[in-house]
Amino acid sequence: MPEFWINMGPQHPMTHGLWNMRVKVDGETIVDAEPEIGYLHRGYEKIMEVREFQKNVVLTDRLCYVSSITWSHAYCLAVEKMMGIEVPERGQWIRVLSLELQRVASHLMWLASYGPDLGLLTGLLWALRERELFLDLLQLLTGMRMNQNFPRVGGVRNDVPENFDAMCRRSVGYFLGKLDGYERIFHDSKVFLMRTQGVGKISAADAIDWGVTGPNLRACGINVDLRRLDPYEVYEEVDFEPQVWKGTDGGDSYARFICRFNELRESCRIILEVVEKMPTTGAYRIRQPRRAEGEGFAHTEDSRGEALFYVAGDGDDRPYRVKIRSPVFSTMAATPLLLRGNKLADVVAILGSVDVCVGEMDK
Amino acid sequence: MSSGSADAAVSAGRPVKGIEQEIRAQLVARFGDRLREAQVVRPQVARIVIDRKDLVEVCTYLKEALAFEHLSCITAVDWKDHFEGIYHVSNWHNGCVVQVTAHIPLDDPRIDSVVPLWNAANYHEREAWDLMGVVYEGHPKLERILLPKDFKFHPLRKDFAQEVDRQYISRRKLKGGK
Amino acid sequence: MTHTGSQPLVAPNLFEVCKVLTLAILTLVDVILDALGAAIPPLRAPLAGLSDFLFGGFVVTVLTWLIAMTVMLLWATLFNLLTVMWMERKFYSRLQDRYGIMVSIWSLPFWPFNRRDRPTHKGTGYLQNVADGVKLLQKENLTPASADAAMFHISPVLIASSTLMIFVALPWSSGFYVARLEFGLLFVLAAFSLAPLGILIAGWSANNKYTLVGGLRAAAMLMAYAIPMILAVIALTFSTGTLNLFEIVEQQERALFTIGPLSIPAWYLFGPQILGFVVFTVAIVAEMERIPFDIPEAEAELVEGWTTEYSGMRFGIVFGFKWLRMIAGAALIVILYLGGWNGPVFVNLDLGGVLVPILPEEVYFLAKVWILCLFFIWLSWSIPRIRIDQILQIGWKRLVPYALLAILIGAAARVVGL
Repeated sequence: MPEFWINMGPQHPMTHGLWNMRVKVDGETIVDAEPEIGYLHRGYEKIMEVREFQKNVVLTDRLCYVSSITWSHAYCLAVEKMMGIEVPERGQWIRVLSLELQRVASHLMWLASYGPDLGLLTGLLWALRERELFLDLLQLLTGMRMNQNFPRVGGVRNDVPENFDAMCRRSVGYFLGKLDGYERIFHDSKVFLMRTQGVGKISAADAIDWGVTGPNLRACGINVDLRRLDPYEVYEEVDFEPQVWKGTDGGDSYARFICRFNELRESCRIILEVVEKMPTTGAYRIRQPRRAEGEGFAHTEDSRGEALFYVAGDGDDRPYRVKIRSPVFSTMAATPLLLRGNKLADVVAILGSVDVCVGEMDK
Repeated sequence: MSSGSADAAVSAGRPVKGIEQEIRAQLVARFGDRLREAQVVRPQVARIVIDRKDLVEVCTYLKEALAFEHLSCITAVDWKDHFEGIYHVSNWHNGCVVQVTAHIPLDDPRIDSVVPLWNAANYHEREAWDLMGVVYEGHPKLERILLPKDFKFHPLRKDFAQEVDRQYISRRKLKGGK
Repeated sequence: MTHTGSQPLVAPNLFEVCKVLTLAILTLVDVILDALGAAIPPLRAPLAGLSDFLFGGFVVTVLTWLIAMTVMLLWATLFNLLTVMWMERKFYSRLQDRYGIMVSIWSLPFWPFNRRDRPTHKGTGYLQNVADGVKLLQKENLTPASADAAMFHISPVLIASSTLMIFVALPWSSGFYVARLEFGLLFVLAAFSLAPLGILIAGWSANNKYTLVGGLRAAAMLMAYAIPMILAVIALTFSTGTLNLFEIVEQQERALFTIGPLSIPAWYLFGPQILGFVVFTVAIVAEMERIPFDIPEAEAELVEGWTTEYSGMRFGIVFGFKWLRMIAGAALIVILYLGGWNGPVFVNLDLGGVLVPILPEEVYFLAKVWILCLFFIWLSWSIPRIRIDQILQIGWKRLVPYALLAILIGAAARVVGL
């Protein structure tokens, strides 16, 4: 049978989001791949030039709707760098708390979608059940479960509510107990190991060359976590360990899975620590100047990698140019390398482990 | 400073204090007055402004000699009298970020592609071409990536109509004020 | 052999039970014919001849056979299929920490079920599958434009008919069967292995790359796993010495050994056939295309695999027959290795001349089949899917050698006299 191109998408039950993965198969083996993106392009960068600085947070929330606070926070950070203002300390601690809660929710959504990719449909419901805990915490903190509109240029929208730390400790403690149950159906399952080990391998040099960041890069053994390498907010005072794959056989789907899975534990640790260490008094927001001129950029460790915002202003009360750098956009360029040589049945296993969110990819 | 090599060493994962001053000094020492501006923006960030003809040389120096192996982002900005191509390059070993701003004249929006240096530039340059219309010479496949293949305009340019819905722009501004 | 265990409820066999029904129907017809003959005198003689003909052997036999086959068909599809589907959907939903299907007769919109004080969608959920079947019935049957129409329409028929053929020879107790074949095991295995042809045709004829890939994967997998299945059965025949399903079940009735009041029956599971049992069960799970072996139908990559292009009741047929094959496979395992319908009888009731044993053989058989189905369902919903080349590796490189080893063990045990 000759080689032919198969379109996996844009309508496909298991490519999360709207994009098209064209793979060229020879029998069952993938010979080449070419992603087609842009189905969800909403013209963000153009729209953001018309809205005032603060109003753009509503838009950046919806870039990656699963992980909205991290994106709005990156934007607010870039605007603050441009304006030259600094968030008060309590505001920074609240920001870190909300970021880590959002990170856990995002990783749980990834876990929920990865199970069905491999045929493990029970994983979907278990992970979504646990995600409800964190969505409840986010609702307590910010007022909304998703797309919270929480970070502000200069701080956060509101203070932490009373008794939040008690609820936080209870939910996080319960969740950490449940995580061991996940290990039983994921890590200990021999079929899972068969499906993910050695599949979708990328070397560390290739990963850096193609701009892969985040847990995908840490799975190749490179110790790069922007919360440690270029600390922002109060991450320097928080004790956590970037999950880097140790050993020489990294870079495959299993390594990416393990790195992202262990980040759940680390984020929970950060949440508990932040709740302990947070200063009890202090302002959580300062007023930002209305107009701004200059340029500024900020890069943060989003759930999926390095999110970079570049904002330029010309003295008006709205940005002149906003550039959004999405980690999934860069990883998508590397997907041909991930897919070549593997079987057609592995496409979803590999792309699921890379954690694609089309909202941020297509802007 | 380790010299750049294809196989990436596992970095220590912590930023090196004061590295941005060092990097700036090295760049100034190497390129002298080919840099229009060279300054330190904040800890860990250095910023240089160059002409578009020096781009490949500066980037090669950054990658090979200073071990800036990661290209974070390529931006194209339309200041109505010139374009700017802005490159954010990161060094994973010491956590330094260099922002390279290259001036591109308005009537000739071409600049060399850095895809031979960093493959990460592939998609970013395609996006800049797609949305802003800057041509990257030497790019293996400069095609539309986010917009439909037969789209005729470059929407991010300032002469492409902006949203003028009164709901989002205040009346004072629409009347021509600030 | 002394028969100490349970008795079938359908006794002595289905044919005789259906004959009662046939004779009842024919008696009714006879009464009508008599009345007609009395009303219209010139017709009396020919009508009397007609009723003589009706009560002759030929019509009774044919009608009884038709009724027996219908009863078996309804038993398998209406009762067993619905119950096993309900069990599956309820069970895996509870595994996933949710309620599961809840549409029951209280959801019906007419009296006496539309009670205002009872919520409509919080029942046990048994009627949900009926509702799904009706939904599929009223959908449009689409045929892709450039598909091979004849093959496309034939393959669901092929799958359905080959699966229903299994139930002709598959007994549900020593009395509840349609045909008592001397080579019943051979027939059942052959009918079981016809479906892969239908699946391949279905995938190939739909003119769709996804279905083609799914169909070819299915053909490769099912062929690979038919071989260890049959080899395990060959190992079994060393112990049984016969291919007759009834004799195989009778052989498992004796007690292996007794511990106090508990006696362990001589199921083929507890003997030298244990390896054959494991190989056969794994092969049957693969033949049923359940997760972990459901790569031909993997929704993750291939939308619905080889069933993608089917809509409406054709999809209902190919989808529902997956469950019927599961029931048939589980029934086969129970007959061959788990003692079939044997079980102790506690009391024999006599209801108006009809002997009702408590518990009858059918109940034991159904219980064993359903528990085995539950085990398969549990397995399906806890394990990820195995990739096709890994499935083929397991089939050829692991199962076939184990099956051959089982043959050796079976033969050695026979020689030794076990």
